[in-house]
Amino acid sequence: MAASPLASTVAFHLGPVDITGPVVTTWAIMAVLALSSWLVTRRLALRPNRRQVILELVVTGIMDQIDEVIRKKPRPFLPLLGTLFIFLVTANLSGVLPGVEAPTGKLETPAALALIVFIAVHFYGVRARGFVGYLASFAKPKLIMMPLNILSEITRTFSMMVRLFGNVMSGAFVIALIVSLAGLFVPIPLMALEILVGLVQAYIFTVLATVFIGAAVDAAEPG
Amino acid sequence: MDIIKLISILAAAFAVSIGSIGPALAEGRSVAAAMDAIARQPEAAGTISRTLFVGLAMIETMAIYCLVIALLLLFANPYAG
Repeated sequence: MAASPLASTVAFHLGPVDITGPVVTTWAIMAVLALSSWLVTRRLALRPNRRQVILELVVTGIMDQIDEVIRKKPRPFLPLLGTLFIFLVTANLSGVLPGVEAPTGKLETPAALALIVFIAVHFYGVRARGFVGYLASFAKPKLIMMPLNILSEITRTFSMMVRLFGNVMSGAFVIALIVSLAGLFVPIPLMALEILVGLVQAYIFTVLATVFIGAAVDAAEPG
Repeated sequence: MDIIKLISILAAAFAVSIGSIGPALAEGRSVAAAMDAIARQPEAAGTISRTLFVGLAMIETMAIYCLVIALLLLFANPYAG
């Protein structure tokens, strides 16, 4: 029987705290992203060289997508959503590397990311409309809808978490099953599919976060 | 093998098999609709296929939920001891 996809293996102990494998992978991804961001943005010039052109292409691409989804100035939302997207792409694709498990394929990492989005939605909502105005948006279109609106805040966060976890985990799980059943080179097309799924899920997670934040900020359409 | 494990395995198989019927039909319909739309308006193919991918992933999530339930039953069943 294959190992449970819901449990994480403990990599090492840091005092009384168990550090699991996905946490180590996440730290490595964070280090790689931080280092490469620092390297890429080190010498920015008005007349860009090739490296800066690629960088600007990525950043303006993400900004255009945010602008298309929520029809607002994307600059205030760019730090969170851009980081989210780049981290998710790296994390989902890290499962392709031999010996590395994608951290998003364990339940904890998607839970943390969904929690960040959950808090960010309320943060942007309160900042855009004020505390009372944001609370009042839950009572639309009628006061009786308030419990349902509050419930939907929680369930959609939960569904974001399970969607990301389920898609990434199921891909890795199916590949592990095929390897144990069929042999070494058979799961290669499935791994190619897994790359596509990882990219699409990163895009969807970011777009959903954008939509939720846009709905919280927008006065006309409450979340 | 005790009865709870037996029922859990059956329930996991049923969850995945029945739970994937609906998403399969829905994905077929949405792809057919997108094909139709692209055939009518080839210039809108980019927008249509982007929306299609997001929609497909949303639909697929329903099947993934069933898979998660099945895995919970198999690996994290609170009643199996």
